[in-house]
Amino acid sequence: MSDQVSLGLSPERAAERVAESISFRKRRENRFLFLGKSAVAVALGFLVLLFAGILSKGIPGLFQHYVTLDVQLDAERLDPSGQGTLESLADGDFDGVVRDALYEALGGPTGRKAKRQARKLISSGSGQRLMHHVLDNPDQMRSKVALQFAVDDDVDTFLRGLISRDTPEADRRVSDQMISYIDLLQAKGRISYEISDYLFFGSASRDAEMAGIRGALVGSILTLLVCIVIAFPLGVATAVYLEEMAPKNRFTEIIEININNLAAVPSVVFGIMGLAVFIVIFGMPRSIPLVGGIVLALMTLPTIIISSRASIRAVPPSIRDAALGVGASKMQTITHHVLPLAMPGMLTGTIIGMAQALGETAPLLMIGMVAFIVDVPSGVTEPGTVLPVQIFMWADFAERMFIQKTSAAIIVLLAFLISMNAAAIFLRKKLERRW
Amino acid sequence: MQLEESSRMVQTTSTLEARTIPDSTLGQIHADNPRMKARNVDVFYADKHAIDNISLDIGSGQVISFIGPSGCGKSTFLRCLNRMNDTIDSCRVSGEIMIDDQNIYDSSIDVVLLRARVGMVFQKPNPFPKSIFDNVAYGPRIHGLATSKVELDHIVETSLQRAGLWEEVKDRLDQPGTGLSGGQQQRLCIARAIAVSPEVILMDEPCSALDPIATAKIEELISELREQYTIVIVTHSMQQAARVSDRTAYFHLGKLIEVGDTKQVFTNPLHALTQDYITGRFG
Repeated sequence: MSDQVSLGLSPERAAERVAESISFRKRRENRFLFLGKSAVAVALGFLVLLFAGILSKGIPGLFQHYVTLDVQLDAERLDPSGQGTLESLADGDFDGVVRDALYEALGGPTGRKAKRQARKLISSGSGQRLMHHVLDNPDQMRSKVALQFAVDDDVDTFLRGLISRDTPEADRRVSDQMISYIDLLQAKGRISYEISDYLFFGSASRDAEMAGIRGALVGSILTLLVCIVIAFPLGVATAVYLEEMAPKNRFTEIIEININNLAAVPSVVFGIMGLAVFIVIFGMPRSIPLVGGIVLALMTLPTIIISSRASIRAVPPSIRDAALGVGASKMQTITHHVLPLAMPGMLTGTIIGMAQALGETAPLLMIGMVAFIVDVPSGVTEPGTVLPVQIFMWADFAERMFIQKTSAAIIVLLAFLISMNAAAIFLRKKLERRW
Repeated sequence: MQLEESSRMVQTTSTLEARTIPDSTLGQIHADNPRMKARNVDVFYADKHAIDNISLDIGSGQVISFIGPSGCGKSTFLRCLNRMNDTIDSCRVSGEIMIDDQNIYDSSIDVVLLRARVGMVFQKPNPFPKSIFDNVAYGPRIHGLATSKVELDHIVETSLQRAGLWEEVKDRLDQPGTGLSGGQQQRLCIARAIAVSPEVILMDEPCSALDPIATAKIEELISELREQYTIVIVTHSMQQAARVSDRTAYFHLGKLIEVGDTKQVFTNPLHALTQDYITGRFG
């Protein structure tokens, strides 16, 4: 008995047990593989659902219906003082001229009620649009040109088939009279469905058919510029100091822990801090990209510091030794060798931080970037808004057409994000060096 | 503790006299024409006593090799000679290491200048991920050794020639140094070290990552370089120490046990621990 124990298992018996355990191990591996695959499948499924949802709503949002009108550019009516400048054009009766062109296209409606119904067909910003056209093309004055004007958002919704003719007239926002006009215009081939220039070149507007993202896009770009200009140098400098120079003591340990904690602070808290410090104490104006950029920079700093430190740590110590060994100073070692080798990782971290900042809404609400601003900001100290806030505002509006506009803006935001991530991958591949 | 165990083990397998660590180094710690002089050097890593009261002269124009089992402090002592230990936070060095009658641990010494005078070649070839030319030109550039492009080209060429690499790389100086073979990389690192014209070159097991052919080339190179430079080499290969060095120092558990002419140390060691090590009885 004791002899058997001391001899251990016989090879035959051991082989049997191994065979048993192998089938057990295989079952376990298969189970794990199955779980992993199904997790990926579920994730992919949701991704597909997300994109299908956004694209199916958003792609129609990139288009809208236009009506083509033959407008008589009557110099006396449009530019009474004849100077062709913005100021003199402001006195012109552009709305009247567009209206007359519309009446003409409809075969001359008679009576105030009919005319009022006709006017409701086109966007209330049509006069404005004509003014800009005249300003850009002064040589067309005194001639008759065919121009496209956006139809009113209710008419657009009707043309998309989202308002049924069978609904009782009192319950729908498009009257019978308007429907007959729309049919008339369609029969004449004056209604077209085209890529929306309002979406890309228009600014915030309460009228859905004229609302565009240009102001928000420019605001986003300005805010991100401020953010990167502040966050990148600060983040890299902090990472280099903490990783290469700071003495390892209790104090730097506390700083490190707090930086890591900052990465987990809800972004709205940074907004409150921005409001309290930059707007209340420093008296900076509200809703400007400068303050927004500073707040987002504070928010992305921990991300940049953490990823920069990781990439500095990934630089092999042998390279540092080599540089120090030929007599490079600490600073030369860092600037000549460590930083260039760590740069791809740092840039990747920075761009990921920027992508995070691009999608941030909450802190910007706190500093007032939710204001309704029609003008496109021309600088970082001009009031503006940003894409995600614009989406947030549009999602709040009741008009049906804003649903499509919102989805279209989300597509633009996603395209922005994807191109930033692509840039990160491209930079990393380009700068990566092997040793 | 560890020492007691190893001594006990040796005692049971050997008939030689008891292995006790001597109070002071045996042999000749002085050199006729010293380039560097270490006196009573102690090194601590936090609480660990890594180097215990070592005094040693590094003779001018000589090759001295440090041998000893792993963890005996030979690399630590080597790295003291150009203050590479400064990069380790927990490391403390006491005692004196003199170069030209100046203590290199004196606060008035510029460590950058010191490392330009005392160059180093590491265990693992570590060329910069830059071109071959830039690897060699880096030192001269940061120290401002060349006043013109022509001069810099000349420094790079002579350094590569002295390192025996010129013929192999002269047509591809703009290619990355990391693309060379291991042996070539190590010779590139030697070229990089001699490009700043140091007085002393420290080599920390320069051949441990190389094959025998590349090792032979490096050894040949060391024999040629001894004409101009003082060389300190740490090695695990007894044959290498015997082949390339003029003097040999044997380290054991942070102590310098014995130092003397290489021939004498290998043929007639003064201490039993040295004899055990060089005959392969332990370590």
